[in-house]
Amino acid sequence: MGKRTIIPFGPQHPVLPEPIHLDLVIEDERVVEAIPSIGYIHRGLEKLVEKKEYTEMVYVIERICGICSFGHGWGYCAAVEGAMDIKVPERAEYLRTIWHELGRMHSHLLWLGLLADGFGFESLFMHCWRIRETVLDIFEETTGGRVIFSVCKVGGLRKDVDAETLKKMSTQLNGIKKELQELTDVFMEDRSVKNRLCGIGILSKKEAEELCAAGPVARASGVVQDIRMAGHGKYLELGFEPIIETKGDCYARCKVRLREVFQAIDIIDKAIKEIPDGDIIVPFKGNIEGEFITRMEQPRGEAVYYVKGQGSKFLERIRVRTPTNANVPAMVKTLQGCDLADVPMLVLTIDPCISCTER
Amino acid sequence: MSDKKYMVQEFVAVDAGKILETVKDIKDDGYRLVQICATKKDGYIEMLYSFDKDHILKNLKINVPENEEIESISDIYWAAFVYENEMHDLFGVKFRHLVLDFGGNFFKVSEPTPWNPKDKKERK
Repeated sequence: MGKRTIIPFGPQHPVLPEPIHLDLVIEDERVVEAIPSIGYIHRGLEKLVEKKEYTEMVYVIERICGICSFGHGWGYCAAVEGAMDIKVPERAEYLRTIWHELGRMHSHLLWLGLLADGFGFESLFMHCWRIRETVLDIFEETTGGRVIFSVCKVGGLRKDVDAETLKKMSTQLNGIKKELQELTDVFMEDRSVKNRLCGIGILSKKEAEELCAAGPVARASGVVQDIRMAGHGKYLELGFEPIIETKGDCYARCKVRLREVFQAIDIIDKAIKEIPDGDIIVPFKGNIEGEFITRMEQPRGEAVYYVKGQGSKFLERIRVRTPTNANVPAMVKTLQGCDLADVPMLVLTIDPCISCTER
Repeated sequence: MSDKKYMVQEFVAVDAGKILETVKDIKDDGYRLVQICATKKDGYIEMLYSFDKDHILKNLKINVPENEEIESISDIYWAAFVYENEMHDLFGVKFRHLVLDFGGNFFKVSEPTPWNPKDKKERK
């Protein structure tokens, strides 16, 4: 048995866009144990519920994360709408589905770029982010924002998108498919990329279930778990089926996200074809009395939104459980026994979002 | 059942002393732990445990009087350590037999239990 040492990983590290700290217990270049600690960017956003009316909290919840902000806004609105039994117009549900899938493309392309940068393939990183710009441009044209969108509100949406813009969106997205395919070929076929990802950080289906993993991390291990199947938005009407891989390694997690980018384009295309005319917002009155819990499939996995009110315009409690919360145990377990050199890849393939986790 | 599975809301009140056996039964039934949440009430903390099976949530509600300990479920669901350490650091909920106990150092907050001020005064 070699000598044990502890190597601190983070909170500042080249592969970490956000701060998480891991104490890595090392024995002969092999990780024996990983002890995580967070809290460097804890903002206490949930606590603001005491000062902001429940209709204003949408802006706060959207700011939990700068990448999946639309999904957070939708998740919170869906929880309030569920608690108050508000029926959102069909057109709004379609538009929410479209924007949510755009958010998934934006998030996955950002992550793919970070992964490429993590294993030292800088041109691949730049190509991923270049393609992502098209998605951000679409966001800007349709919502007015590139990071925080503020289009979702309780009862529907603040902005509509005309038929011409939707048609243009479809053309733009199908236009980047060829470039995405070229990127996919590099990620999936390049020898140097495969050397860094294949067989690394294997999480078996049993482990993923046991550790309650979420999102692409669970789906890459063969777990059929995707909250889009629970009836939110228009996913079921659009014939949504989750993307599953079975190998459970870093390569499988990368493959799931790549396939989900293509799937998002298909979902958006179909939604644009089927979107009905009509209102985008429904009027409502009153305050929340009671509680409601709902979930949203964010790009990183399942997010939970719990709202509880006592009949006043201020809620008693909002709880947001983000996907990284659920994936920390899986990350800690897969780190055990891995080589020190593989730690950055392993941490990255969980796609940790610390701003979300700490809120 | 309707396609809108997310609309199903099942909240079950459970006695704090029966948390372990209830959660064990839930796990044996094939449920996955989704989250644990704490809400500060007058004189007690309301804990909400959520479990998922086939995209339907089952929620257990437990009231824990201030300064009383509750059994950790991390021996049944290891992943619970994330939520239990969070509840400990933010609300001051004390867990017995927590398998990975950070001792108040999971969240690096500047004040102890910032979301439970009464507890904070007592500590001072």
